Amino acid sequence: MRLELPHSEIEAVYKEMILELFRHPLNKKIPKRYDVKRRGLNPSCGDEIEVMIAWEEGKLSDIGHQGQGCAISQAAASLITDYVKGKTATEILSITNTDMINMLGIPVSYTRIKCALLCLSTIQDALT
Amino acid sequence: MNLMTGTAAKQHFALFARHPHLAYLDNAASTQTPQAVVGAMASYYTGYRANIHRGVYELSALATGRYENARGALARFINASADEIIFTSGTTAGLNWLALRLTQKFTSRDNVVLTRLEHHANLVPWQQAAKERGFSLRFVELTPGYEIDLASARTLIDENTKVVGFALVSNTLGTISPARELIALAHERGALTIVDAAQAAAHLPLDVRDLEADFVAFSGHKMYGPTGSGVLFGRREHLRRLEPLFYGGEMVSHVTYETAEWAGIPERFEAGTPAIAEAIGLGAAAEFITGLDLAAIRAHETRLTEYALEKVGKEVKIIGPADISRRTGVVSFVIKGAHPHDIADILDKHGVVVRAGHHCTMPLMRYLGLTGATRASLGVYSTAEDIDRLVEGVRYAKKVLCA
Repeated sequence: MRLELPHSEIEAVYKEMILELFRHPLNKKIPKRYDVKRRGLNPSCGDEIEVMIAWEEGKLSDIGHQGQGCAISQAAASLITDYVKGKTATEILSITNTDMINMLGIPVSYTRIKCALLCLSTIQDALT
Repeated sequence: MNLMTGTAAKQHFALFARHPHLAYLDNAASTQTPQAVVGAMASYYTGYRANIHRGVYELSALATGRYENARGALARFINASADEIIFTSGTTAGLNWLALRLTQKFTSRDNVVLTRLEHHANLVPWQQAAKERGFSLRFVELTPGYEIDLASARTLIDENTKVVGFALVSNTLGTISPARELIALAHERGALTIVDAAQAAAHLPLDVRDLEADFVAFSGHKMYGPTGSGVLFGRREHLRRLEPLFYGGEMVSHVTYETAEWAGIPERFEAGTPAIAEAIGLGAAAEFITGLDLAAIRAHETRLTEYALEKVGKEVKIIGPADISRRTGVVSFVIKGAHPHDIADILDKHGVVVRAGHHCTMPLMRYLGLTGATRASLGVYSTAEDIDRLVEGVRYAKKVLCA
């Protein structure tokens, strides 16, 4: 419970980059060709995500995601799907939760961590 | 008009002294605890703490007396007899027990009728029992106005219906179920009725005799009582022939190495040392509500709900009945283009506490074509100012998220 915070703190979370990615998410598509598809669920809010991954010569060549989510989850999905392109499975599996939160660059509260990590954990799930 | 509702009621709750500007609008999830309840529990721990029903010493007798007094208070609260009140850990525990024990002899010919708006706690236990015993589940449809469709209930409840279970008040929509009609339909077909009263106990007068319900379950922490406390009411004639769920101390009258005989009701359903302080606290909560007068609480919350529907309704789409007499102060809403989690997060930063998500009714959300909703829910201490703050927060959230 964070009472009576000034609007500037709200803007720290809902800053323009996050909102821009929420309104116009990156890689929100179904790739023409893909090798794996995996579904992820955020049980706390019921949000679902689906990621589809294509491989070429041991590297992730294309990725798309589908589903609905909050601003934080959509922004995180946009950033992580861009970040994993061209990486090997080993490289992708070594991405940590902290890396993901740093990528977002906003304070992520305890209750929103699942939103921030849903896409990353679904991608990593798809590789194991 | 009762002068103890709204702002005046806040004085009973220490939390509001600590957070005077908090607009606490998550009462459907859990209500705050008045000093009378905290005090009743504290006096057990500091004044007469002992196990109950066994000690021959004075302290234990005192604790037993207070525990049984609490049972009496709950019996008066819903117009039952004390031996029909089983203390549980909450609504979920009561409903699970019923789903396990009532269905033991059900076959594939039988069915259990629920509604589309049930909380997971009155759905999943029946699903699991149905998988084991082979009976089928049926769901009474809702009208486009988010109410229980009695025409649908009439077609679904038939001679093979063994149980009809429903929420008296929907935790997601605020809908008040037509309980009398559903119970009459069930009884005409010889089915037992189970009422999930978790969202009703603190908000509507509840009279189990008048309702003619066979079983009623509710939770302490949604009626200004302690967490981990609750009640399962069962009519005496049903309790007498039902098997206990748990076996152990306190629930037996005679035990040999080979066999055991059960104690009377309700003791046979309370194996082991119960949550004594919580039961005493729950008794105090029932008296607290009665002291404020449930009819006055209902009137207060109805006025505020009307105000909320009008004010918030201008900003959002309300998901629930429009008719104020058919709903409680559970006000769920959606905003196009804004996710409930984001709305609740922004409201929290404005000191307005609401719930976001599926509200433990995932199938209902899908049924309504929604992924989630934001829910504001009222209590006895809610005020028009809380609603104004909610509206202000919603406007701000829209500005941020829907720009």
